[in-house]
Amino acid sequence: MNRREALFSLGAAATASATLVTAGKAQAEVIKGIPAATGISPDHLPSPVRRGGGFQVLTRDTDRQTLAAVFDRLIPSDANGPSATEAGCIDFLDAQLAGPFGSGAALYLEGPLNQENDEAMMGQPQFLATPRERYESGLAALEAYAQSTDGVAFAILSPNRIDEILTGLEAGEIELPDGVNGQAFFELMLQNAREGYLADPLYGGNKDMAGWKMMGFPGARYDFRPYIERRGEDLGLTPVSLIPND
Amino acid sequence: MTIERPRADVVIVGLGWAGSVMAEELTRAGLEVVAIERGKWRDTSTDFPPAIAADELRWHTRRGMLQPMSVETTTFRNRVGQTAAPVRSWSAFQYGWEVGGAGTHWAGMSWRFLPWDFQAATMTRERYGAAKLEGLQVQDWGVTYEEMEPYYDRFERIAGTSGAAGNLNGESRAAGNIFEGPRKRDYPTPPLKDTHWMATYRQTVSDMGYHPFTVPAGNLSQAYVNPLGVAMGPCTYCGFCDFHGCGNFSKSSPQACILPVLMRRPNFTVLTETEVLHAVKHDDGKTAKGVKFVTKDGEEGFQPADVVCITAYQMDNVRQMLLGGIGTPYDPRTGEGTVGRNYSYQTCSSVTGFFPGQKMNPFIGAGALAVQIDDFNGDNFDHSDLDFIGGAGIMGFSTNGRPIQNMNGLRKGTKRWGSEWKSAIGRDYQEAATIFCQGTSMPVRDAYIDLDPTYKDRHGQPLMRLTFDWNRNDIAMTKFTTDRALEIMREAGGEDIMIDNQSEKSWNPYMQHSSHTIGGAVMGADPTTSALNPFLQSWEVHNVFVVGASAFPNNGGYNPTLTVGALAVRAAQAIHQTYVNNPGALVEG
Amino acid sequence: MANWNKIGLGLGAVAIVAVAAAGTWAYTTLNTGRSGVADDKVALADLSDADPEAVARGEYVMRSGDCVACHTGQGAGNAGAFAGGYEIHTPFGTLVASNITPDRDTGIGSWTERDFFDALRHGRGGDGMLYPAMPYTAYAKLSDQDMHDLWAYMSTVTPVKNAVDETAGMPFPYNIRLAMAGWNMLFFDNSGFEPVAGETEEWNRGKYLVDGAGHCSSCHTSRNGLGAEIAATYLQGAVIDGWFAPELTSNPHVGLGGSSAEDVARYLTTGSDGVAFAAGPMAEAVENSTQYLTPEDAKAIGTYLVSLPGSSNRKPQPMGDGPAMQQAALAYEVNCSACHGLQGEGIEALAPAFAGNHAIQSDNVTSIAAAVLRGARAVHTETLPTAGGMPAFGWKFDDAQVAGLLDYIRNSWGNAAAPVNAADVARIRAEMGVDAKIATN
Repeated sequence: MNRREALFSLGAAATASATLVTAGKAQAEVIKGIPAATGISPDHLPSPVRRGGGFQVLTRDTDRQTLAAVFDRLIPSDANGPSATEAGCIDFLDAQLAGPFGSGAALYLEGPLNQENDEAMMGQPQFLATPRERYESGLAALEAYAQSTDGVAFAILSPNRIDEILTGLEAGEIELPDGVNGQAFFELMLQNAREGYLADPLYGGNKDMAGWKMMGFPGARYDFRPYIERRGEDLGLTPVSLIPND
Repeated sequence: MTIERPRADVVIVGLGWAGSVMAEELTRAGLEVVAIERGKWRDTSTDFPPAIAADELRWHTRRGMLQPMSVETTTFRNRVGQTAAPVRSWSAFQYGWEVGGAGTHWAGMSWRFLPWDFQAATMTRERYGAAKLEGLQVQDWGVTYEEMEPYYDRFERIAGTSGAAGNLNGESRAAGNIFEGPRKRDYPTPPLKDTHWMATYRQTVSDMGYHPFTVPAGNLSQAYVNPLGVAMGPCTYCGFCDFHGCGNFSKSSPQACILPVLMRRPNFTVLTETEVLHAVKHDDGKTAKGVKFVTKDGEEGFQPADVVCITAYQMDNVRQMLLGGIGTPYDPRTGEGTVGRNYSYQTCSSVTGFFPGQKMNPFIGAGALAVQIDDFNGDNFDHSDLDFIGGAGIMGFSTNGRPIQNMNGLRKGTKRWGSEWKSAIGRDYQEAATIFCQGTSMPVRDAYIDLDPTYKDRHGQPLMRLTFDWNRNDIAMTKFTTDRALEIMREAGGEDIMIDNQSEKSWNPYMQHSSHTIGGAVMGADPTTSALNPFLQSWEVHNVFVVGASAFPNNGGYNPTLTVGALAVRAAQAIHQTYVNNPGALVEG
Repeated sequence: MANWNKIGLGLGAVAIVAVAAAGTWAYTTLNTGRSGVADDKVALADLSDADPEAVARGEYVMRSGDCVACHTGQGAGNAGAFAGGYEIHTPFGTLVASNITPDRDTGIGSWTERDFFDALRHGRGGDGMLYPAMPYTAYAKLSDQDMHDLWAYMSTVTPVKNAVDETAGMPFPYNIRLAMAGWNMLFFDNSGFEPVAGETEEWNRGKYLVDGAGHCSSCHTSRNGLGAEIAATYLQGAVIDGWFAPELTSNPHVGLGGSSAEDVARYLTTGSDGVAFAAGPMAEAVENSTQYLTPEDAKAIGTYLVSLPGSSNRKPQPMGDGPAMQQAALAYEVNCSACHGLQGEGIEALAPAFAGNHAIQSDNVTSIAAAVLRGARAVHTETLPTAGGMPAFGWKFDDAQVAGLLDYIRNSWGNAAAPVNAADVARIRAEMGVDAKIATN
């Protein structure tokens, strides 16, 4: 059947709208034609994070306080914008940990794991733990470390002392208790704090697009044709979020 | 319960670029085609329109369009004798899945390989002598650039590729890449525009006597209607290209170029969320009778077909051959067997400089938006006094300015956190510019892929095991081309220059420079060194065709997609023009 | 294809009229004397020697009347071409299109040609009166020749055994077919087509196609409270199935003014005139019917339509450029311009232009608001196969934002139209069942 015949046969006309056959369990998902739905596929619709709605994963006050102390040294409040917590990065992280990122849905978590061999092979530590589990153990280890070295809660350490600890963790010079890899946990927190600061505000952080303003990123725009030939200019574009309120 | 599907003329395993191109050819020729895709149905307006696509966290950081490792991953080691470990988290690998495959979220660089890339063994021997190939397992493709030209042309027309010809029927044209093989006609659409960095780079390399051109792009410079009648939009330089689906139909992809017509053909069917486990052979082992699959609900089934086309990602193509017993596994100790042989990668480096006070506006970008010189690619320069073959395309690119991806784009020694980071990043974000060397990768005897003895996927089937490290040739090549890039960056005025040459230490998949993973089911004229004949037909099981970058015996200094698409057109035409009329080997082994 | 809500609305009242309407004034309306030219001996299932040329002509009549669209089920309900099963939803229940294949038991295989004429031109089916969801009100204009040819064609259709209970989804009293007799008495003109003297042959051919097989006014003419077309608003636009079927006259603001007969022909045969694209029910009409029109017939339709005087709707002054408009301009650049163009120019063969697009400037914004809220897909034809998808934005924009965007596209690039009321968008959102904008911080 050539293209014209295929298109013009009555059969084609009759099946022009897609049939999605999913009846019964013993069926493959069969698609003929373009599926007729015009709405956004449900699994691709954004699900915005509401700040202040309570915490799902970071439910312990100590954990949140430790995290806030770390995050606000990683991204402090200064002339270049609010701190991580002011920008909503804790809300961001809690929502992330409550979702597929936290549960490691995309990760390969099957054993065996031979840390020494595997780390040498991959150039970085390997984990069977999910990010949610790593935060649980990591935050507990940070608190235990502060209690044992300074005799107080991590959250009430001075900014300088926190910076000192973070610097040590980053350099791999501080061992955390209970087998927590301090350097890897630092990297995880640094990554997530900055993600929250720079991701679309719909994810809970980057409040008022503060992170984007700091960086000079104009946000979820989709057409730079009017600007590409204004080479080297300060374009002064106001950032736009994915789901603006005005 | 086992699902018994009605027989099809052809079953396509994986509906990405290769699968879509082949299904379009085959259904147009009247064959009944069933494609089986383990991911979901995805389309432009319902799955990645502009209001959904411009979301870095979701699509780049969390890799929302890539195949999760929990679905399938690869294990890795540098050399034989080591114990491979699984790739547990996101890495350099960017396996596509879901309808459209990697063709939905690729960047769009749309290269033809050089004539030399197809005949690196013969041409090197002729120009420099056989000793130049020592230690390498370089072999010709069994097809020449000249033979590939009509298929490149066809795929460019389907994709709408933007660019300027540099060699039109042997006539050299300065606007394009004068080193490219002769093309019969110009690109379907003109080149993209320059950003500030591209204009700077173009001027610099031009002043240095090199030959800059705009990289051929699957990000279309203007609206276009392809030969299938499918209309595409103009690229808006939005900077959400690679890792993202294109929301305005301007990036070449199965959705934007093929599916609108393919899906409406009554002789085409797609099974989604259905994973092919392996091909099943007839008792005599000479042909396959179809493929065994499993649905998302865990029901197994069988799709009978006269022809099996394996069109998954490169790594999975090889895996499908091994799991289905299609061909003989490669053994690096004896050098015998062909499936898994000649794995190669993409040898890359980059040079970043900072331009004080300038506004690069890096958020204005497109996946393939770049100016390149090919003066040091392939065999475009004299290697007589050099201790390597091959080379690299050297480009100044403007792919994106996505903030999370660029949050470490700092001058050397700058802290990645604290007020120091906050005050530096806004400045460095605007002042940084990078030159990228995308180099050839030459096969060696002990770089290969096989089934891992330990680790399994979610269905209990073994994962692929990759054994790979940089080889002497490619290390030397990268040193040479990186030095050229450094000279250019200095000439351009870049300060605080930083070099990232990954080949200075052993490779691992978390070193993220390229997703271009190549070979393992290579084509060739000699059945003792290739798994497939020059029409991508299995030498041993003649109704199985395996189409993808898995067929490249060596990698050019280019992105693979256009060559994959051209090979797919060629294989599909061989099937419907020749094979179905007289099933059997298309080439005598 | 069409939403017959309005017809359904009239049914209750009409049921009462029917019982009372035994008067002699019924005679003209119910007279089927014109069917006398048709044979009443040979059943369709027994007709095996139809003239191939008549069959070919009949297929064309079938295409121009778009029979296959409604008489073929969709998805799992598709039992084969013409085998019935297409569901037409009304507030009073669901009508199911009948099986019109030559199957003796479940189709129209036992019908004679005269039965066929009675059904198509007089609304009298095998089980009693037809509902005007079947456009016999328009098919009444079909010529004897076209009817003979169509009959010949139907004899070549593959018989399919598929029992359809057309009124099973219609509760009492709306399942009483006799009610339609009353409706017919009030609103049905069963006279045939008469060419208008003084007009060209082409013009008359166009009118014949528009008023007859094409049944254009079924969607494009507004209806009264009992669901009958209002002659004074002939082809001046109407809401149907959640879409606004725009004005098809020479009106220069919201109609076809400025378009040539060729432009109209291009739209009918390809799905786009280069500015607007068919979508929704019109996309189905183009896909199943008008793309098969000969160039001459398509142009004849254009010639007729652009000659119609149309409504008095005239272009207003464009809305001013206040802060709300500037906000909408930014939203347009962020969300819309990638496909619809920075100057509203659209993308050739893919996405509609807004500049100079008359339909989007109509007072009634149902179609464009619905397209923004729930998405849409353009027509698919052999000439324009892409069928570009318009994404849904109901999740992203609230009603005021949608109204603002519509104001922007209706009042930019030379366009001008009345302000859109957010309350109207809210009503359309509710009618479409589109969820509210997703809540954010």
